[in-house]
Amino acid sequence: MMSLLLFAQEIEPLTNTEQWVINTFFYVIALVTVVAALKMVTTNNVVHAALYLLIVLAAVAAVYIILGAEFAAATQVLVYIGAILVLLLFGVMLTRAKIGSEDDLNYDQRWIGGLVSVVLFAVMGYSLWEGFEDTKLDPAFQPQRTGDVAESIFTQYIVPFEAVSVLLLAALIGAVVVARRD
Amino acid sequence: MYLNQFLFLSAVLFCIGVYGVLTRKNGVLVLMSIELILNAVNINLVAFGAFNADLGGQVFALFIIAVAAAEVGVGLAIVLLIYRNRRSIDVTEADLMKG
Repeated sequence: MMSLLLFAQEIEPLTNTEQWVINTFFYVIALVTVVAALKMVTTNNVVHAALYLLIVLAAVAAVYIILGAEFAAATQVLVYIGAILVLLLFGVMLTRAKIGSEDDLNYDQRWIGGLVSVVLFAVMGYSLWEGFEDTKLDPAFQPQRTGDVAESIFTQYIVPFEAVSVLLLAALIGAVVVARRD
Repeated sequence: MYLNQFLFLSAVLFCIGVYGVLTRKNGVLVLMSIELILNAVNINLVAFGAFNADLGGQVFALFIIAVAAAEVGVGLAIVLLIYRNRRSIDVTEADLMKG
């Protein structure tokens, strides 16, 4: 009972100094994420791209921690870094990509892709700025505890949860059937 | 902390992911760029979940992680099949359906 009471304790609102520290952390992490993502889409080495993806995924997990979503951060590390990245590296291995840099990984007319993404960012940035301008997160916002997340999944979101379970099973069976050598 | 700093990080990641999908020829690299896009969406969901003090954001981020695992599984199976049949995973060469 005592531990339950301790668990339910509210966390005090962040002081200004704490907010400043967290903000600094956020901007460092954001910088790392963006630089690693840019390197990922421009590097000429497939294995290096996978390793840059690792940096991006780890930094996104850190952003989840800043937002108080601990379970999502843990899942990000377990599923994305632990499973999906290894799967992608297996894909690199099985398709016999060259170890070392290749010069034939990109289209020749890359500027069109760059133009599309810059225009997309301009549109999204404008609408985000118009929509949320300087809306602040409540400095007293509480981390979302794993117990509450579990309760929410198994009561309110039970139908989507079961649908995702079936989807995962179907996708894995489908992947085995597609990739199997007859 | 402003809500917009998370949303802008997410928007930047999304656009970099779109650039990767549009410019990469290698099938595995296209799949990696799609992971960037899914992560951008997840940051949005978690940020709005924290903003509204609602668990739904984090729960749906978890669902998206599960769906991403399924997507990578099937996507890699397809890329492997293309590699086995054509000895190349250049997505520009997979154009049998071109009229």
